[in-house]
Amino acid sequence: MTAPAAIALDQVSFRWPGADASCLEIDRFELADGERLFLHGPSGSGKSTLLSLVGGVLEPQRGSVTVHGQPLAALAAGARDRFRADRIGFIFQLFNLIPYLSARDNILLPCRFSPVRRERLREAGTTPEEEALRLASHLDLDPSLLRRSAAELSVGQQQRVAAARALIGRPALVIADEPTSALDADRQRAFLDLLLAECSAASAALLFVSHDVRLAERFDRVVALAAINRVAAEGMP
Amino acid sequence: MMPAWHLAWRSLVNRRLTVALTLVSVALSVALLLGVERLRHDARAGFAQTISGTDLVVGARSGPVQLLLYSVFHIGNPTNNISWQSVERIAGNPQVEWLVPISLGDSHRGFRVVGTTAGYFEHFRFGRERRLAFADGRAFSGVFETVVGAEVAARFGYRVGEPIVVSHGSGAGVSFAEHADKPFTVVGVLSRTGTPVDRSVLVSLEAIEAIHLDWQGGAPIPGLAIAPEQVRKFDLTPKAVTAALVGLKSRVAVFQVQRFVNTLPDEPLLAVLPGATLQELWGLIGMAEKALLAISALVVLVGLAGLVAVVVAGLGERRRELAILRSLGASPRQIFLLLALEGLLLSLLGSLFGIALLYGAGAIAGPWLEARYGLPVGLGWPSAFEWALLGAVLAAGLLASLVPALRAYRYSLADGMTIRI
Repeated sequence: MTAPAAIALDQVSFRWPGADASCLEIDRFELADGERLFLHGPSGSGKSTLLSLVGGVLEPQRGSVTVHGQPLAALAAGARDRFRADRIGFIFQLFNLIPYLSARDNILLPCRFSPVRRERLREAGTTPEEEALRLASHLDLDPSLLRRSAAELSVGQQQRVAAARALIGRPALVIADEPTSALDADRQRAFLDLLLAECSAASAALLFVSHDVRLAERFDRVVALAAINRVAAEGMP
Repeated sequence: MMPAWHLAWRSLVNRRLTVALTLVSVALSVALLLGVERLRHDARAGFAQTISGTDLVVGARSGPVQLLLYSVFHIGNPTNNISWQSVERIAGNPQVEWLVPISLGDSHRGFRVVGTTAGYFEHFRFGRERRLAFADGRAFSGVFETVVGAEVAARFGYRVGEPIVVSHGSGAGVSFAEHADKPFTVVGVLSRTGTPVDRSVLVSLEAIEAIHLDWQGGAPIPGLAIAPEQVRKFDLTPKAVTAALVGLKSRVAVFQVQRFVNTLPDEPLLAVLPGATLQELWGLIGMAEKALLAISALVVLVGLAGLVAVVVAGLGERRRELAILRSLGASPRQIFLLLALEGLLLSLLGSLFGIALLYGAGAIAGPWLEARYGLPVGLGWPSAFEWALLGAVLAAGLLASLVPALRAYRYSLADGMTIRI
């Protein structure tokens, strides 16, 4: 028996409250366990909505969203929040960090919200603090930077801290939403290298969303959102 | 709920300046509220402690509160006197153990001169049955001898042996009619009592008679001057006094003696029970006290409104932060809790600083207040009512924090993980 898919969307339709038409209609979309997928789409094509559906923050009007074999609709709102905290690491486009916490506290934040992540680290024979240090050094962050407040770091450093935060406690799924768009070309490549390496090391599935197809070659599979979202296909000639 | 505590605290620390200003406004309002309550309470306690051991206060017929105020607290002026015959008749009542007459009307540099008998030092009690004590010297015995209260002595640096001059009328400080021809010698200084006695200059009834021998109708008789050495040739028995403090052999007889005084046929007199009359006084000033307390409660509300404004104003900029927390697995409930905790922490810290401020101000201004206005400011542990007030402030703070908390809750539901600027 193979492991369940990291993400499985089936006949999903989502419409924002008050909107006339659906914003997202996806018949079928799957991200295999441990797979690294590049989801390509211009801004406004419903990427953020899709990520919110997978994160369980939004609920589709129709269809099912399943993450690691767990249908999200079967969970109550609070349980979905815990599920997200335990299973999914998010990296956003920019300003990922809580400005009033140090870089270290930002990395440790998921462990505060998720006892499961703490437990996984304990089973792996490490502590959140040690793991934060390890991830930071893997992501090329000097330990002295970790004590600094998030606002004092450069954009590149902030994104690496965000990556460490997404990865701590070994979530099985990492979702990155345009994490490199604020970086210049060299740093984009370096960041992507680190992210891919760490996801492989943690055997986490990676859903990487970007409008920049130049990055796509490093991934196992490339999917255009327009190809799976019927709304975008019809709405954009 | 560990993350909420940690985050709320870090978030407040990060916004030190705004938070500090908010804390100052909450602290000031809390200090004001508690200060008003404490002054109110201490003023009452001070009043209640001023006289004890006296069963009845007798004076000319007027209002009981007025009689008590002018005779014991030296507030206001007497309407009329009691004739000496009546004083003697009351003193002769078999139930009466002691009677101390009081004669007011003169002053010394703004302090009241109290004409009385040596019995005053023996029978007057304040606080919990405490007697008057001499810090220095002794009671007066000669006509031109005086005993001064602790505050009078402290203000002017009076010591035993000092000559002082008494003025006619109870003018505050400056009097144009001085009894300069008959100076007094300080023979005793009383220990501090925290009562109006501290601000009194005590002389004998005979002295009051003596300095007014050559006076008539409130002014010196022109062409008549009686030297101090000559006064003993005159009968110095007073013709009238202002009031009298009466002690009974048995308190059981208090209403009987009160009725006896109130129905004396020759003169319309009034006898009041000090405790009961104080209660009446509280009834009168209770309204003003409540108004004062209500105003300070409003000030607290203003402080808390400022707190809400600060937290809510910051919220718009923090929608991104809330979205990040959501993505990390924070539930809308935790977001709500985070903001509610920030508000609660602010009001809690504000209250603590308010208490500190109150005690600091009390320690600094207390001695001055006591000296200047005779208001003893206690620095004791907060009373049950003060704890209740603090509890009310915290409850109001918690309620106020619900405003930003609900807003953040709605934001986090509406925004989800969508990062808005």
